[in-house]
Amino acid sequence: VLRVISAGALTLVEDAGRFGVAHLGVGRSGAADSAASAAANAAVGNPANAAALETLLDGLTLAALQPCMVAIAGTGSPVVPTPLEVGQSVTVAGGESGLRRYLAVRGGVDAAVFLGSRSTDLLAGIGAPLQAGDVVGIAGEETTFPETVADPPLPGANGTTVRVYPGPRADWCEPDALVVSAWTVTASSDRTGVRLEGAPIARTITDELPPEGLLPGAVQVPPSGQPIVFLYDHPVTGGYPVIGVVHPDDLRLVAQTRPGRTIRFVPA
Amino acid sequence: VRAIRPYGPTAFLVEAESIDEVHALAQLRVPGVTQVVPGARTLLVESSDPAAAETYRSCVLQGARPLVQDTTSVIEVIYDGEDLADVARATNLSVDQVIATHTGAEYRVALCGFTPGFAYLTGLPAKLHLPRRATPRESVPAGTLAIAGEWTGVYPRRSPGGWHLLGTTSTPMWDLERDPPALLSPGDRVTFRAI
Repeated sequence: VLRVISAGALTLVEDAGRFGVAHLGVGRSGAADSAASAAANAAVGNPANAAALETLLDGLTLAALQPCMVAIAGTGSPVVPTPLEVGQSVTVAGGESGLRRYLAVRGGVDAAVFLGSRSTDLLAGIGAPLQAGDVVGIAGEETTFPETVADPPLPGANGTTVRVYPGPRADWCEPDALVVSAWTVTASSDRTGVRLEGAPIARTITDELPPEGLLPGAVQVPPSGQPIVFLYDHPVTGGYPVIGVVHPDDLRLVAQTRPGRTIRFVPA
Repeated sequence: VRAIRPYGPTAFLVEAESIDEVHALAQLRVPGVTQVVPGARTLLVESSDPAAAETYRSCVLQGARPLVQDTTSVIEVIYDGEDLADVARATNLSVDQVIATHTGAEYRVALCGFTPGFAYLTGLPAKLHLPRRATPRESVPAGTLAIAGEWTGVYPRRSPGGWHLLGTTSTPMWDLERDPPALLSPGDRVTFRAI
């Protein structure tokens, strides 16, 4: 059990997310960088899908109320299992890369299970951000031996390149519109979606699109012509054309690119 | 089916002829499919199995028909919406006729989306079809009944909105204490009663 001393910019409980509940209007949610979350969990001997804390940049500080073991991933450094004695604290801090850090605790973070997952979904109003003074419980997941693991690579200061498949409405916009230029991540991005800024994409079909299903990684073009890459708290349907779908293995790189930095798309 | 469109390596989008066909396709239980998401004219199918797309294609060719849906919800509404007078003017109806037209129809949930618990209801009589407001409101209160285009629906929570506001209901559309939390699911029938 740990106590939140400082919650940082935004700290959420996230596991692998909810599956098969879109018909209820509930999206997948879950860790925005599942590889980093899995690395933090692996380091403390947890299953990859255990719940961990996802926190924006640096500053999350927790104090141990009982002996426990934690590990931090998404910082660009090796992920080291770290024992904490009662009263000892841990602060999440990392380098100039990445946006979302993960803190796992041996046994997994506890939170109410809703539709099969402990994940906080800000769009659906499931769970809420942690605040200073909150107590983080341990779920009691079955564990194996802790070990130091590598941190999955993060996008650097020069931006990142991600693979994109053609989307179901690729023909509604100029061909290759996503891949011909670079895009800047804007500050209005969140777990719903990463909003990009660049040369506006022109529509070749201007009909109104009846709402249709969305997935994490869907690249939607609203009337502004500035694309949105949906992340895990996405609405389950949307009414603008999806012209691309980010490769599932690369979506974590989109989620880890800081505002102001660059994303380039290449054909998958 | 007009087409099966690509949606990355783990999904595809089935274009249907009608909302009935969308619901019929959504009721299929196909091996290797992890989730389906009904849209207004499409079904998003999550599956990494290439055989699944062929199954949908052949089901559609044989003419998929929806099972009978029994769930009907009656939602009580106070017709006091800010846009009621404007809707009456735009449709050449009196306010009472707008209310009578809206309560006189039976609606079906075509799909859910926008925010959790928001159900797009189809079946709005054609004389109430209006384009969305030119300028969306930044904030529409939870429980607001609204119309736009061929749709009607109730905002489950305070959110931005470009639809025309007809009234208010105290029936929660989305309640995490309820199982399932959404009052309405695709295929459900809905009527509104003025109180």
